[in-house]
Amino acid sequence: MKKKKLWTLGVMLILVLSTILAACGSSDTKDTGSKDTSSGGDTASSGEPKTLVYGRGGDSVALDPAVVTDGESFTVTANIYETLVNFGERDVTIQPGLAKSWEPSEDGLTYTFQLQEGVKFHDGTDFNAEAVVKNFERWKAGADKHPYYSSQFVVGGKQVIESITAKDDYTVVFKLSQPQAPFLKNLAMSPFAIASPTAFEANEEGLSTNPVGTGPFKFVSWVRNDAVTIEKNPDYYIDGLPKLDKVIYKSIPENSTRLNALTTGEVDVADGLSPSDKASIESNSKLQLIERPSMNVGYLGLTVTRPPFDNVKVRQAVNYAIDKQALVDAFYEGLAEPAKNPMPPVISGYNDDVQGYEYDPEKAKALLAEAGYDGKKIQLWAMPVPRPYMPDGKKIAEAIQKNLEDVGIKSEIVSFEWATYLEKAQNGEADAFLLGWTGDNGDADNFLYTLLDGDNIGSNNYTFYDNKELHKLLVSAQTEINEDKRNELYKQAQEIISKDAPWVPLAHSTPILAANTKVINYIAHPTGSDRLDNVDMQ
Amino acid sequence: MLHYMGRRLFQLIPVLLGMTFIVFMLIRSIPGNPAQVILGQQATKEAVEALNASLGLNKPWYTQYFGYLGGIFQGDLGVSLRTKLPVSEEIFPYLAATAELALFAMIIAVIIGVNAGIISAWFQNSWFDYVAMVVALIGVSVPVFWLGLMEQWAFSNQLGWFPTSGREDVRDPITAITHFYLLDTLIQGRFDQFSEVFKRLVLPGMALATIPMAIIARMTRSSMLEVMRSDYVRTARAKGQKMFIVVYKHALKNAVIPVLTVIGLQTGLLLGGAILTETIFSWPGIGRYIYDAIGFRDYPVIQSGILVIAFIFIMINLIVDLLYTVIDPRIKYK
Repeated sequence: MKKKKLWTLGVMLILVLSTILAACGSSDTKDTGSKDTSSGGDTASSGEPKTLVYGRGGDSVALDPAVVTDGESFTVTANIYETLVNFGERDVTIQPGLAKSWEPSEDGLTYTFQLQEGVKFHDGTDFNAEAVVKNFERWKAGADKHPYYSSQFVVGGKQVIESITAKDDYTVVFKLSQPQAPFLKNLAMSPFAIASPTAFEANEEGLSTNPVGTGPFKFVSWVRNDAVTIEKNPDYYIDGLPKLDKVIYKSIPENSTRLNALTTGEVDVADGLSPSDKASIESNSKLQLIERPSMNVGYLGLTVTRPPFDNVKVRQAVNYAIDKQALVDAFYEGLAEPAKNPMPPVISGYNDDVQGYEYDPEKAKALLAEAGYDGKKIQLWAMPVPRPYMPDGKKIAEAIQKNLEDVGIKSEIVSFEWATYLEKAQNGEADAFLLGWTGDNGDADNFLYTLLDGDNIGSNNYTFYDNKELHKLLVSAQTEINEDKRNELYKQAQEIISKDAPWVPLAHSTPILAANTKVINYIAHPTGSDRLDNVDMQ
Repeated sequence: MLHYMGRRLFQLIPVLLGMTFIVFMLIRSIPGNPAQVILGQQATKEAVEALNASLGLNKPWYTQYFGYLGGIFQGDLGVSLRTKLPVSEEIFPYLAATAELALFAMIIAVIIGVNAGIISAWFQNSWFDYVAMVVALIGVSVPVFWLGLMEQWAFSNQLGWFPTSGREDVRDPITAITHFYLLDTLIQGRFDQFSEVFKRLVLPGMALATIPMAIIARMTRSSMLEVMRSDYVRTARAKGQKMFIVVYKHALKNAVIPVLTVIGLQTGLLLGGAILTETIFSWPGIGRYIYDAIGFRDYPVIQSGILVIAFIFIMINLIVDLLYTVIDPRIKYK
């Protein structure tokens, strides 16, 4: 009697569950059917609209590139807005953009730009010299609201761009207060994209949620923490572009979920994958691996104001003690090359003659003895978040810990939540810390001066390294407009840095993306902001 | 009854006030400041200070705190430092996303949990009892993170039954009205989208339901066992009443009170504690909203987000307390 009822109940439960499952299963067919009809309605002649879904790790902060600093914002804005000059397809050479051509003066203090004609913003406003002037005036007036403007165009409290004037409808003249070697490279950066003056004059803050540019794609919608949708700009000034009808940037924070979504076809491109995913992408015939050209450095910083690293010999010893090749093999899956300079080889001015420090524990021990190292235990800081230049901070720290122990340096691994980590390191509270940098504009200044000059202690110079001779070189390089002379200055700078050893440069990594094989012409840009106007789908 | 409710609502005020104070002080005591995070690694010292000043973060804490409190009493939850949007406006879609998922998960948890508990108690020491309780034990101890990834692997990668992540098919977006997508799609008569939304709820819903389901099952079982031994149940059975009626009608009614308490607490917990599930399934919910805000030191969002969740948590428990009187008329609030 008892048993019988139990069975009936069990059967009932199974029935309920299976109806739920059946409901889910049957909806499958219905679903695709309706999708077909709705998509058929969208385009009359050219068949299916081409929609690319781009899976990424985080959401954008704002869609006004002038007010943000995060890569996920630029990823989107680079396709809505355009800059006066562009970077090359795969590199950081300077190519025409909204400006057809430009002419610097002899002394490097005046730049005259000829603008493209017949370009319109998405709101119908004409793009012309006046629009360019208004954009620069906006950034200049509110320098505290425009972080990149103040970091690239304000040096020591002084405005680099003295004035911008519209000579005629399609000619703009920039007058600089001092020559700036990376001026054009700066202008090509996403934060200096030209927005519609009509839009920001009406509502400046509104640009963050309702971007209006001249780019190949127009803004459609943004569901926070979920998806940003942009669609083809039918009036784009270059004929035949863009090839896609719609792009959806979808935030999928968890790395394995993003890869899962790519394999099931829910997204077409997955960004920010970990090197360890390489094998599973390559083994899947429906996926293609896309390598982003390297423009970064991952390093171990040694705070030069804290013992034992106030002694240059101890710093050099640590450089000898670490087996970079082993790190690259184990944690970057070969998608990196060991570093010897603080900037990657693609950057002009790279000094390949720098000897660097090969892996040599014996030399390290000798140097430590010479330095009179007292065996003090150090703190080794491990980054809590993965970055392309540091795929797994904890594991890399463990490997380094072992390397250091081999030469007699005892260390303890510590880690903090990311914002805390940065602030504490910035205050000089770390002995040795893992960190890295991805270049903004492909210029040597953006690595050497930004990361290692005394001027930047308290911001990006986390090691408190301050060498007067180096400072002189780096500052004169900023205004040197002769490319060869400038490169010479940077080569000398790298010699000095290598000798003083404030860092152990670890690796220059190649970040990876993966895409469905249906996606063609996808070219990953070293800056991390990929232009999608040439991308197509089969 | 009304008097009781009034008193409970009045008691809310000191609790929420105390909470705002604790949260306010806590987030300011951790290192890292919003201006630095907003401006990124590029920023100069001067730019950080200028931004701090324009955000009002350089004022003394009491000015900031009472300013914030004053705003709350006027229904102003502050403005996000990061997105510059009012929190009261920004928070609703996230809250709706989480509420939809949490309610879905709780429905699964209650239906399966309560029934499993009842049957286990009814047939105490049977194989069903053993299996159900072992499963429940596994349920409370399994890491949600792992479970979610396994579900994705099995049901979406291998079997292809459900999509891996997200609330909607981004290629066919839903027009939000209430931000409860099941409701929105029904209102618009988009049944294809309704089934899509439903399918997307299943995996995260199951992951989220596991722990409450297990807790509810165990609680129901022990509560039922106690009631089943009581005299009135024996009397009912002696009178020849059908076992099913005795269990589901007579015994359950008395056994359900502690279960209801657990259900209330768990629902509240799911609202705030779904961060892991929301991350794995990229669900744009309130847990991730607040978690991200902590990373960005977005003080107003953290403060107001936690305040809203706490308020809902307390309200749910108040409703549960009031439900007691409906279920058991002997309970009276004065």
